[in-house]
Amino acid sequence: MSAVGAEDSVGIVVPRKLMIERPLTLDCGRTLPRHELMIETYGELNRERSNAVLICHALSGDHHAAGYHAESDRKPGWWDSAIGPGKPIDTRRFHVVCLNNLGGCRGSTGPASLDPDSGQPYGPDFPIVTVRDWVRSQALLADALGIRKWAAVVGGSLGGMQVMQWTIDLPDRVRHALVIAAAPKISAQNIAFNEIARQAIISDPDFHDGRYHAHGTLPSHGLKLARMLGHITYLSDEAMRARFGRLLRDGDGQFNYNYEVEFEVESYLRHQGQSFVERFDANTYLLMTKALDYFDPAREFGDDLAAAFRVAQAKFLVASFEADWRFSPARSREIVKALVAAGRDVTYAQIDSDLGHDDFLMPLPEYHRVLRNYLGRVADEVGA
Amino acid sequence: MSPVLIPPLRPDLAIIGDLIKPDSRILDLGCGDGALLSHLARTRGVRGYGLEIDPAKLAACVSAGINVIQADLDEGLADFADASFDYVVMTQALQALARPDLAVEEMLRVGREAIVTFPSFGHWRARWAIMRGRMPVTPSLPSQWYNTENIHLCTVADFEDLCRRSGWQVLERVLLDRAHRRGFAIGLMPEMFCEIALYKLRKPSAITPVG
Repeated sequence: MSAVGAEDSVGIVVPRKLMIERPLTLDCGRTLPRHELMIETYGELNRERSNAVLICHALSGDHHAAGYHAESDRKPGWWDSAIGPGKPIDTRRFHVVCLNNLGGCRGSTGPASLDPDSGQPYGPDFPIVTVRDWVRSQALLADALGIRKWAAVVGGSLGGMQVMQWTIDLPDRVRHALVIAAAPKISAQNIAFNEIARQAIISDPDFHDGRYHAHGTLPSHGLKLARMLGHITYLSDEAMRARFGRLLRDGDGQFNYNYEVEFEVESYLRHQGQSFVERFDANTYLLMTKALDYFDPAREFGDDLAAAFRVAQAKFLVASFEADWRFSPARSREIVKALVAAGRDVTYAQIDSDLGHDDFLMPLPEYHRVLRNYLGRVADEVGA
Repeated sequence: MSPVLIPPLRPDLAIIGDLIKPDSRILDLGCGDGALLSHLARTRGVRGYGLEIDPAKLAACVSAGINVIQADLDEGLADFADASFDYVVMTQALQALARPDLAVEEMLRVGREAIVTFPSFGHWRARWAIMRGRMPVTPSLPSQWYNTENIHLCTVADFEDLCRRSGWQVLERVLLDRAHRRGFAIGLMPEMFCEIALYKLRKPSAITPVG
């Protein structure tokens, strides 16, 4: 992370909203006649339009990947550690595009947007979108920006799934695919975590079947629980032990024998949950978890992931983190195995780490060296 | 663009390169900085992957544009399908593995042919050290017995015995001195003067019919 005025920061950035005027037919069968996407870009697009890099965000991410919106911002964008002048995703060489995905709650068309038919927020009537739908929407965005082929499409976690889908659905539009801390499809255990998160939201009395805006309420309690659960799965046992152990909230070392916050970890989770509720929409959270559950690119290829990757043309960098148990290295190795079987060019790095799934956002030297070296080659290749 | 300077290739890698047919598919176990794969891609249109465990060497491969997969050779090659490569190569790593016999067996499962190199324990320096009652510390085996990575050392005769027992057919044998050259002395007394042995193997059952 760099301060707003730092040499390796993209500095103050201004998001902008694009209206995609072309109709988009979704996997669920419904068609959106048009949709809006909130985006940010960093670095200049070169004359050949060959140096564009697409960043795909994960479950709770958005278009604000790097830099600051105002001098007074406390925190930069969610992947500021990797994006900026001289950073691994080097904005002196690349034109970086990041968007808030369709169905999001940070300015792109989503459940909180007004349904043109009713004049009311879509709420639960917003169609369920899939990773394939996001790739279709992102391709329309690329068209609108005049980008025929990405130098690289990059993403971690659910973002990495979008990267894989790009290489399968639009193989001639991706030169390099960087698939980080992802999985070829999520496990029953992962679906189970998502289901508990959804049930927490849906069973909140303030949820009102998703029409909480009309009722003037917010299912804050359910969304908070969902985030608290999610957060546990993003950290390793070791990382939680190191950070909180069994430290007590009160300094006096005495148990209080009640249900208030006793241990530090409880306080931390409550804080994480609360701050999430203030910035995120519950219907969007439901949508995002469903997109995760449904993702399975091998399904259309007879459950043969290698067959799916046989249509890809991109070169791949796959990376995983030792401490990540939500999207473990074993899952990334499944991707690598399929890519090798498909004869694709692939490099795989298994990064020594401590934190867990969230390691993909950290500036770990070993990780950033691989990213930097790989993207340096990409920049040379596209003449950036 | 400035001209790319290509450093001279290690002599053993050059010899391996000569044993590999153009446009083939290769898996290089313990590929280091990717010198062999780079060389083969440049000169013979060979495609493939390197396996490497060391992060710094992996990063060097990435810089060189080599396909490299971070992996521990002792965990085997389960992620690779039968006969999915023309050659599986392993230079100077066999003696550091937990089970060299199983490793070569895996190489011959995944590749049609295997190429291995290892330091020979039958060199006169090693024999002389043993005669004097000490474990050998030689230019090609520089570590002490307690800190060496080379836990399964063998002589040329030992290795060939394993080949016979395992039913591996020796297609080529190249015995080299420590400069990786076929020196004069090796011609006279191969097993006494060989420091690095190179074998190209296959399993007779893997012979593909012509046509």
